[in-house]
Amino acid sequence: MADDSLTDIYGNRIGVACRCHSDLCREVTVSGPKLSLRSVLVYTCGVWLLAYAAFCCTENTAVLSCAIILTLVGLMVYIHFFKVDHESLLIIGSLGVQLSSSYASGRECTSFIEMSKIKDVVINEAVYMHRVIYYLCILIKDPADPHAVSSVLPLFQSSKPRLKCLIEVYKTCQEILAQS
Amino acid sequence: MVTLSPLFLSFQHFRYSEQNWKVASPRIHLREARVMVLKIFFPQCCTTADSGLLVGCWIPDQDSAVVLAVVHYPFIPGQVKRYLTEIRSQTDVDLTVLGSWSMPKEGQEGMDSFLKDLSTIFPHSRWLQLSREIGKRGFTCQVVRKGGMFLKEQAKEGEGSVRDENEKVIIVHYDQRKVMLSQLHPVQEGVSHSKMEQSALRAVFHTVAQSHPLFFIDKYDDGPLKLTHWQSEGREASIIAELVKQGSVPVCKLLTWMLSLWSWLGSIRLLNVPPVRFISSKLSTCVQLGYRTEHLQTVSSTRKATEHMEFMRKANIFVSFLLDMALGLLLIAWLYRENRIGKLASTLVPVADHVAKELRELLEWLMGAPAGLKMNRALDQVLGRFFIYHIHLWISYIHLMSPFIEMILWYVGLSACLGLTFALSVLSDMVALLTFHIYCFYVYGARLYCLKIYGLSSLWRLFRGKKWNVLRQRVDSCSYDMDQLFIGTLLFTILLFLLPTTALYYLVFTLLRLVVVLFQGLIHLAVDLLNSFPLFAMGLRVCRPYRLAEGVKFRVLCEEEGTPLHLMMEINPIKVSAVLQYYRTPTYSCYPRDSWMALCKKLFVGELIYPWKHKTTKTD
Repeated sequence: MADDSLTDIYGNRIGVACRCHSDLCREVTVSGPKLSLRSVLVYTCGVWLLAYAAFCCTENTAVLSCAIILTLVGLMVYIHFFKVDHESLLIIGSLGVQLSSSYASGRECTSFIEMSKIKDVVINEAVYMHRVIYYLCILIKDPADPHAVSSVLPLFQSSKPRLKCLIEVYKTCQEILAQS
Repeated sequence: MVTLSPLFLSFQHFRYSEQNWKVASPRIHLREARVMVLKIFFPQCCTTADSGLLVGCWIPDQDSAVVLAVVHYPFIPGQVKRYLTEIRSQTDVDLTVLGSWSMPKEGQEGMDSFLKDLSTIFPHSRWLQLSREIGKRGFTCQVVRKGGMFLKEQAKEGEGSVRDENEKVIIVHYDQRKVMLSQLHPVQEGVSHSKMEQSALRAVFHTVAQSHPLFFIDKYDDGPLKLTHWQSEGREASIIAELVKQGSVPVCKLLTWMLSLWSWLGSIRLLNVPPVRFISSKLSTCVQLGYRTEHLQTVSSTRKATEHMEFMRKANIFVSFLLDMALGLLLIAWLYRENRIGKLASTLVPVADHVAKELRELLEWLMGAPAGLKMNRALDQVLGRFFIYHIHLWISYIHLMSPFIEMILWYVGLSACLGLTFALSVLSDMVALLTFHIYCFYVYGARLYCLKIYGLSSLWRLFRGKKWNVLRQRVDSCSYDMDQLFIGTLLFTILLFLLPTTALYYLVFTLLRLVVVLFQGLIHLAVDLLNSFPLFAMGLRVCRPYRLAEGVKFRVLCEEEGTPLHLMMEINPIKVSAVLQYYRTPTYSCYPRDSWMALCKKLFVGELIYPWKHKTTKTD
C-alpha cells in the first residue's frame, strides 16, 4: 500500500502497514503521529512560567515544586493513558478479529472478537456538524437473533484514517471474511 | 469525538441501504465455496515432546481439536484405550486419540509408515499427523479422513479432484497450566449442559479445565503409559497447603456449631420483642453484627465450593474478614497503648459540656436579634426556653453518667477486636446517641414548621376563595361564609407573621442535623467499603492475572514455507474496574434515598428527612 499521501481526518500524516501472514491471516497497523517535542516544550514552559509568576507573587517555594510534580505526573499520565502510538487489526479467518491499540508508554490494550459473533465489517459514514466522517466498523451479531445487529464497534478511533485507507483495509478484511 | 447521534444516524443508514449493499458485497458470491478451516489447539509443553499419540478432544461445532497430552512409545493400544475410557467416565470430556505426533530424534528413521498404520488401530473420523523436524520451528500437519482419503493441508491447483480440497489448518499454541486455571468472564455457570451457542474459546477452556484427572500421570510413573502434559515433570504440591486443607475441616465444623449457637441466642423470644427489635434495627452495630454472622456462616460451611463464583465469594469474605480483624487489633493496640482510651473518656464529658454551651449560646442569639432580623418576641421566648430546658436535661443525664463513662468506654473499645468495621459502627452509634438532643430539636423544629406551612397553604387558598378537593385531588373554587373568611384571614395573618421565627429555628436545627447525618454517612461509607471490597479477587488480578480472563490475545508465531499458520494464544486479563463489578460482595450499602431535587423539596416543606436508605441483602 502506498502510504505517502495517507492522512487522517484532520490532515496529519499517518503510516499504514499491511502484513500478510498467510492465506487466512492479515494484519493492518495504522500508526498516528508521534508525540512532538514542540508540544511537550510548550506545555512545560507554559506551566513553569505560570508557576514562576505565582512564586513571585506569593514567595512560596512550594508552588515551584508543585509545578514540577504536576508537569511530570501530567506527562506520564498523558503518555500512558491517552497518547496512542499505533492501532492494529489482526484478522484470522474462521477464528476472529483482534483489535489492539498500543500507547506511547508501551502499554497495549487488546480485545478479541470471535468470528461467530461478527456479522460483517463495513464502512459507515457519520455526519458531524458540517463534516462527513467515514469510519470502519464491525457489526456484532445479537446472540438471540442471528440476523439482527446488536452493536456496532468502530475501529481506528484514535488514528481516524481517511476513506482511501479505509477502503484498502475494508478490501483486506472482506477477502478473509469471505472465506469463513 | 464522534457523538452518539451520528452513530445512530449511520446505523439507520446501514438499515436503509442494506438492500443496495447486497450487490456490492463479495461475500454473497463466495458463500458456496466455504473454506473449512481446522483449528488445532496445541499445548506449549508438548512442542518438545518425543513422538507419540495425540490425545485430546474434538469440538465438532467449531471444527476444532484440543490436544491435551501426548502418549509416548512404546505403548500397548489396548491399555491406551482402557485408560481413555477410565478418564472419560471420571470427567465430562469426550477424550479420544486425535492422531500422531512425530518428532524424530537423531538416528530415528522410518516412522512414517508406522504412524500411518496406527490410524487403523484407533477409531476416528479424522486423523491428524503432526510432525516437526529438528532445526525447524514450525510443524506440518496432514489430515486423513476415514476411508483413507489422504488430503494435503494446502491444496495446490491442478492436484486433481480431491474432495474438500479447501481444508486448511491453523495451529494455536496455548499454555496449558494457565488455561486450565483460568476462568472466562462473564462467568456462565452450569452451561456445560447446553453445548449449543457455546463459543469455541469457552469450549476449549472448559475442556482443559475439566480434564485434570488426565494430568495425574507424570513421566516418572512406573505405569504402562507415559504421557507428556504440563504436569509431566512431576506434580507440585505444598505441605503447608495440604496441612491447612486437612486442618480446616474440623475448624469449620467448630465454627459452624458456634455460629448456630449464636444465632439461636439471637432469636430467643426475649430479644424479639418489638421495641428491642426496632432499636436493634436502628443501631448500626447490631446490623453489622448480623451481617458478619451471615458472612462467617458462608465461609465456615463445610461444603466445598464447586462453582467459581461461590469459591471467589468465600475467599473474598475470608480475606476481608482477616484484614478487618488485623486492622481492629491494630486499633486496639494504638488505643490502649498510652491509656489513650482513658484520656478519651476523660475528654468526653467536657466535650459534651462544650457542645451544650455552644448550643445554649446559639439559642440565646436566636432569642435576641439574630443577623439583624426582628423576631416575634413571645414565640421566640417560648421556643428558646423550651429548647434550653431540653439542653439542661441532657447535660444532667451526661453528668449522671460521667463516673461510668470511662469503664463503659474501656469495655466498648475492647470490642474493636471483632474488627475495624465493628469499631466504626460503634463510633457511629455513639455519635448518634450523643447527638440525640440535636435530633430531637430537629424533629420539633421540623414538625412545627411543617404544620405552619400546611396551615399557611390551606389558608392562602381560603384567602383566594379556593379549596382543596380531596376526592378529585385538585384545587376547586368554593364559596365561604363571611365569618369563615374573617377567621381564616385572621389566622392566615398570624401564621404569616410568625413564619420567620419558626423558619429560622427550623433552618438552624436542620443544618446541625445535616452535619451529623453527613458524618454518620461517611462512617457508614467506610464500613461498607471494608465489607464489600473484593480483596482476594483484586490480589488475584494483580499477582496471577491469568486466573481471571476476559478473553484471549493472539500473536503470530514464526512463518515458514510449507507450514500452516502458527498462533500463540495468551490470556487477556479483565480490567480492574471489571473485578469490582463482578466480585463486589453485596452489602447493605447505604445510598441516598432521594435525588437532590426531592431532598430540597422535602426540606422546604418541612418533611422529616431520613437521607440514607439501607438496602437489605435479600433484595440485592
